[in-house]
Amino acid sequence: MLTINQYVRAESLEQAYELCQKKRNVVLGGMLWLKMQHRNVETAIDLCDLGLDQITETSDSYTIGAMVSLRTLEQHAGLAALTQGAFAEALSHIVGVQFRNTATVGGSLFGRFGFSDVLTLFVVLDAKIELYHHGMLSIAEFCALPRNTRDILVQVHVPKTQKRVVYLSQRNSATDFPVLTCAVALQDGNCQCAIGARPLAAVTFTDETGILQNGITPESAAAFAQNIAQKAEFGKDIRAGVEYRKRVCAVLVRRALLQAKEG
Amino acid sequence: MQIQMTLNQKKITAEIEADTLLLDFVRDHGCLSVKRGCETANCGLCTVLLDGVPVLSCSTLAARATGHHVQTLEGLQAEAEEFVGFIADQGAEQCGFCNPGFVMNTIALLRENPTPTDDEIRAYLAGNLCRCSGYDGQLRGIRAYLDWKEAQAK
Repeated sequence: MLTINQYVRAESLEQAYELCQKKRNVVLGGMLWLKMQHRNVETAIDLCDLGLDQITETSDSYTIGAMVSLRTLEQHAGLAALTQGAFAEALSHIVGVQFRNTATVGGSLFGRFGFSDVLTLFVVLDAKIELYHHGMLSIAEFCALPRNTRDILVQVHVPKTQKRVVYLSQRNSATDFPVLTCAVALQDGNCQCAIGARPLAAVTFTDETGILQNGITPESAAAFAQNIAQKAEFGKDIRAGVEYRKRVCAVLVRRALLQAKEG
Repeated sequence: MQIQMTLNQKKITAEIEADTLLLDFVRDHGCLSVKRGCETANCGLCTVLLDGVPVLSCSTLAARATGHHVQTLEGLQAEAEEFVGFIADQGAEQCGFCNPGFVMNTIALLRENPTPTDDEIRAYLAGNLCRCSGYDGQLRGIRAYLDWKEAQAK
């Protein structure tokens, strides 16, 4: 059971940062995961008054505040156009509309959960995570931070790079956690592929051996997918074993590549 | 701590514990349509509208609702009345425990998208679980309501 002794609406990021340095204090996201923990929180720090629930656009990027809901992200027209609908595909399978209205981008990312759909997609978009103290980090740098890092995720920056993006996932049943997630981005003949829910966090792969150098065909896509399925490290959990994930990986990567090529 | 919110058009000021969930708060204030179900944020029984947006009150602190408008089925009966009869006509539910959550989310759906397709209805209501009747009855009920509404408009 979760207990909270004190609730504070932070008036500034500095105040939130100072408060979160104490081990028993917690920054609130959507509280969906936190609520299921057996934990005694001294102070719950709420960022809801800091204006971080907006998606803003500049000439070269989108900035997504930490308190933006997953539903807002799913429905954002600009991000949908940038990714050819990949955000909606990545998010629309997460539980239900009410859940996604409650869950926040910051909460979804800061946990660096292996099952995170959104983390898998952000990887191939070359998104940068802005932490209050650590500054701007790539997703890989962010994921490598120690679990006990006490910082505030402020916003996520997504560059407006023109890519063909496809997101696919496999679930044992609708609205469940994914068994495997896959995001593919094609840009100037280069391919970037992220595999998540392995059940470890998402990792990226590129076409290092030039399998796709003569173009994406059913044969080259299958070969590239098999290559990634062999290279990626998978684990087992209640939802699937290593071998199953490996096979699903080969299927999802192949389909995503062919879909990305068709446009 | 003290909070202030508007619950079903009524301004409320109350003393609460910091970890009081919105679900418990609204039930303590007479809104018993809001149910505690799965405790894992999956079933949608606890759905309320926060500033018009459907959220899970089981995972929202009452303190976070300070300064906001909260609506439960108790405050939306007139809006619900129009279509719940169509759901009942289909025998869509048996025990009815999931009904308030379904109705709340259907209200949100129809406000956002007054003419949804069957797939859009299924997608929007995916976060509302029913463990006795399945989902086809609810879908038929909403479709029958939308068809009736369309015929009325002609």
